Amino acid sequence: MTTQSTGRQERAGLSTALRFARENPVTLFAMSGLTLIVILALLGPVITRYDPLASDVPHALRPPDGMHWFGTDELGRDVFSRVLAAARLDLAIAVSAVGLSMAVGVTVGCFSGYHGGWLDRITGRIVDVLTAFPLFVMAMALVAVLGNSVENLVYSTAIINFPFYIRIARAEVAARRQLGWVEAAHVSGNGPSRIVLMFLLPNIMPTIAVQASLNLGWAILNAAGLSFLGLGITVPTPEWGIMVANGAHFMSSGRWWLVVFPGCALMATILCFNLMGDGLRDLLDPRTRA
Amino acid sequence: MTPPILEVEDLRVSFTSPRGVSEVLHGISLSLQRGQILALVGESGSGKSVTGLSVMGLLPRQASITRGCIRFDGREITHRVPRELRGAGMAMVFQNPRAALNPTRRIRNQLADVILAHEKPTAAELHRRLAELMEQVSIADKARCLAAYPHELSGGLCQRIVIAMAIACSPDLIIADEPTTGLDVLTQKAIMDLLLDLTRARGMSMILVTHDLGMAAQYCDDVAVMNKGYIVESGRDPHALFLDPGDAYTRRLVNACPTEQSRLGPQSVSVPPASAAPLLDVRNLVKTYGRDFRAVDDVSFTIGRGESLGLIGESGSGKSTISRLVSRLINPDGGQILFGGQPIGQMPADHFYRTPLRRQIQFVFQDAAGSLNPRFTAFDAIADPIRRLQQGETSELGERVIACARSVGLPEGLLNRYPHQMSGGQCARVGIARAIAVDPQLLILDEPTAALDVLVQAEVLALLERLRREKGMSYLFVSHDLHVVRMLCSRMLILRHGKVVESGSCEEIFRQPRDAYTIDLLSAIPHFRPTGNGA
Repeated sequence: MTTQSTGRQERAGLSTALRFARENPVTLFAMSGLTLIVILALLGPVITRYDPLASDVPHALRPPDGMHWFGTDELGRDVFSRVLAAARLDLAIAVSAVGLSMAVGVTVGCFSGYHGGWLDRITGRIVDVLTAFPLFVMAMALVAVLGNSVENLVYSTAIINFPFYIRIARAEVAARRQLGWVEAAHVSGNGPSRIVLMFLLPNIMPTIAVQASLNLGWAILNAAGLSFLGLGITVPTPEWGIMVANGAHFMSSGRWWLVVFPGCALMATILCFNLMGDGLRDLLDPRTRA
Repeated sequence: MTPPILEVEDLRVSFTSPRGVSEVLHGISLSLQRGQILALVGESGSGKSVTGLSVMGLLPRQASITRGCIRFDGREITHRVPRELRGAGMAMVFQNPRAALNPTRRIRNQLADVILAHEKPTAAELHRRLAELMEQVSIADKARCLAAYPHELSGGLCQRIVIAMAIACSPDLIIADEPTTGLDVLTQKAIMDLLLDLTRARGMSMILVTHDLGMAAQYCDDVAVMNKGYIVESGRDPHALFLDPGDAYTRRLVNACPTEQSRLGPQSVSVPPASAAPLLDVRNLVKTYGRDFRAVDDVSFTIGRGESLGLIGESGSGKSTISRLVSRLINPDGGQILFGGQPIGQMPADHFYRTPLRRQIQFVFQDAAGSLNPRFTAFDAIADPIRRLQQGETSELGERVIACARSVGLPEGLLNRYPHQMSGGQCARVGIARAIAVDPQLLILDEPTAALDVLVQAEVLALLERLRREKGMSYLFVSHDLHVVRMLCSRMLILRHGKVVESGSCEEIFRQPRDAYTIDLLSAIPHFRPTGNGA
């Protein structure tokens, strides 16, 4: 490929992206919102001069002002720096949990959808059993049994998510395995594993990506919910769910900032992930590109 | 003279897309007399369907009529078709009857909907009307059809129901948009005869949108040939027009149409010496589905080296199943498949990709665009079999792909395109290039031109014939079109319900068909007889 044509392709890609942004303001909003959240989370230590864990009891429970933008909590810790630190942790939990369940779920789902037969029946039953439980209660039970730690929070979130990936991947693959280009792949000398991984998997990625985007929001909510109930993450660690849980004690005495700021961060992040889902599908499908 | 039932004057239609406004009809004019049938002929994208939709007032939202006018029975309907006209004044028969019927409602209710939208008959009256309609569209088993859901009926029956819906309120004009696409040739004849009889008996007019010149010639009084949004030629008597076309485009269309006289250059029927072992020897092949449905029932045939055999049959005759059995995509339930003397029927289809014979048997699929991975560029599609089936020598992969593309007439610049960025003909070329990339001895072609326009079909057929001669490949050519098979093959096999009803050389079968079914098939092909075709 010559540099000239690469340049032309880049320009074409750029103009496609611009047109896409113009036509999908909601997706643009969601994506910029998420980018902002991620940048704030990563730059947290640079932006604030307060240690999220350092208590400063003389300045406890101060309302928001120029010094402490989001106020301070009952131990005098800066709420703004705690919200940013919590964003790092919550995003990391969500991304690793969703990545784990996606990797396992999609692989299992693809093969069971492609081969059918006993493999499909067994995975189908496992999925049925997993989804028969109320998922949040199961996540609680899993963390309670496995022990209170961030890793176990990730594992439990991954386990309750992975039936969805199996189901979607299975259905999408089963719908495509009889298509002409899959038969053509056989004739071209591709074995079953190659067909699943190199032909079918890339074709079902748009649907999976949409599901993953919705799931990320849900995984954050799940992690925050478990922490709110005292499972998973323990007290001094900044995490949105715990912050809301602690702040709730002070709501009645008018200290709203302890709940509102982490709550809003949680809400904004989940909203952005959900809005991004649809936009992603359009963007990833080659047929909608110029 | 009475005023025409439909008049279209200088009609211009534009589509608005994010990339701008594009005009698809550049000022066309038509007029249709009462009781006449007009054929709108052209390739896909010529604007013939858009014309039909504009008359019905059914244009999609992004399309708009920018100029001109449409008059129905002297009434101006250009921008708004009054509701009482739809159904009662004019009605439409759609291309895909299954898609035109609501899958969740019984036929009885769907037919009643049409009548009740315009009139208020009593229950008994409605019942009588429905029974009458079924009779008029020649459905014998009235009670069962009325109570059925669309998926329980065959494609031909569904199209009859759609026609019944169209005539339910005695319209003056019927617009039939490719009403027989996807139907078998015998069903096609039955449906067209029915439409013709109904139009004549009721004094209706009809616009038949079609790409089939034979059908236009056989069933229509007037014809308008469309190309790229213009009417290039129109006139009375399609027969005369097609025999002596005045326009260059019409001439190309007529010449590309496969007829009894069509040939692909000098046909070198190289009959292999009788002693030579055939390349493919299929003996008593059987494939059963379910408990006792025999899709392929005791079929035997041979293909010599460099020979091409045509496999003819309607849908459900087992021809596609045979092509998949021979190409080892599915496993047979009985019989033998010998390739070059080697039995290959017993190797499980799932493991056949590992054998060296995979390279020798390649396949060209019916739906060219659908047989290409949406995420592979044309280059990747052609390179795939070379990468998988040709050991070692991948260093000159690029050159080999380009050579393949060149031999099928695919411009090099298209190699980095995705399937959705290519036309149907270009996709077909990629499909053929992929199949011949590994120099197979046997190429199985499953209706490779069924989805293509007639001009593109002629090009692809010529290409296939040239490749066969150059590379000495054998073809198993599956088709429902007898003329196409005759152009490409020296021998043919006619299948019905999984059994061979007739086999022999194409010349012989055309000259003197023996089986009653073959005779029916041959006579059902709509045709015009171009005598001044240089033949």
